[in-house]
Amino acid sequence: MIETSFFQEYVLLLTGVLIALTILVATYRAGIGPGVFNRVVAVNVIGTKTVVLLVVIGYFFERPYFFDLSLLYALLNFIGTLIFAKYLERGEIWSR
Amino acid sequence: MSERKGGNGFGIVVTFVVMFVFWILLSGIFDVLHVGAGIISCAIIAFVSHDLFVREGGLESRKFMRLLLYIPWELYQILLANLDVTYRVLHPSSFKRGRPDGSMFGVGPIDPVIIEFETTLRSDFALVTMANSITLTPGTITILVDPPIGKFWVHAIAKAPGDALLVDQTMQTKVAEVYDEK
Amino acid sequence: MVEIIGILVAIVTIFIALGVFFMITGVIGLIRFPDFYTRLHATGKCDTLGEILIIAGLLIYHVFIYSPGADITVQLVPVKLLFLIIFILLTNPVGTHALMKAGYTTGVKPWKVGNERM
Repeated sequence: MIETSFFQEYVLLLTGVLIALTILVATYRAGIGPGVFNRVVAVNVIGTKTVVLLVVIGYFFERPYFFDLSLLYALLNFIGTLIFAKYLERGEIWSR
Repeated sequence: MSERKGGNGFGIVVTFVVMFVFWILLSGIFDVLHVGAGIISCAIIAFVSHDLFVREGGLESRKFMRLLLYIPWELYQILLANLDVTYRVLHPSSFKRGRPDGSMFGVGPIDPVIIEFETTLRSDFALVTMANSITLTPGTITILVDPPIGKFWVHAIAKAPGDALLVDQTMQTKVAEVYDEK
Repeated sequence: MVEIIGILVAIVTIFIALGVFFMITGVIGLIRFPDFYTRLHATGKCDTLGEILIIAGLLIYHVFIYSPGADITVQLVPVKLLFLIIFILLTNPVGTHALMKAGYTTGVKPWKVGNERM
């Protein structure tokens, strides 16, 4: 009934493969990156791209539960980056 | 414990209504189990943490309307910012080996500089909107904000975007106009 | 009816192609730029817009092609995607600013023209 299976099979697959390749290129910066700050930037980028990859895969395999996963992972990535930045700045997370 | 302007009950009701609307929109199932679980969960959370959501120095409705009119200009600035970054990343500077910074492809037309300036904005919402707008504008990112005097430290990627923020001051006047802080 | 679906698929493909192009540009900037602060410029701006374009394209695809005549659980998916777009638009710049503030107050040196690459 849905005549757009060309779009669903080829375009979404190409999008997913390209995003996965950019994640692979970002791990170069996570490996070589003098110091901890460049590595934190690379991990934040990988987390952001994972959110988009989950939405694209949710449409490719026709499973509607992947959108909830992407919403949750966007929240976790944001809070993780903030806590990491706070730890790097102060040397501790809670101060009593 | 400071006194809240809206009172205790108002905060709890607003938090509960907003969370219940989120629950229904995200689940879409309307039988007794899900709606009942939603009511219980939203009631518990509204009792525990309603004062993080509705505060005394909140946003009035007139300022909210002007904020909604400010958002399309900001989306246009996001588009311009990305075209600017694409130009600086994909610019083919000379491919010589043995350059003084040791890179293979050169770095392109960048020349970073750190700027600081003062504004007349004092309230929380105005400072946050200004910092977000500076981050989403071509070529600049906020580093530090100092709330008592309204001072911003900004990292600019070249001289031209930094001068557009420092000399022209279009964004400061726009944000001050939204929040009534001349 | 077939023509409308064809035009819609073309529009959605253009959105997704632009989004992927901006993401690739962001990652090239992550490799090419010489300093921590400039790399944050590249990724903080390009990733946000690339994501918004891809998810907006998939939202248009869902509303016009999946929605008519399905049950309500499928019809409420665009609301989730809209929440995701608003959330990303609000929180990616805040994360970028937090990282940059941590770097500045810890003492990471910015790069001037003619220095070594770091």
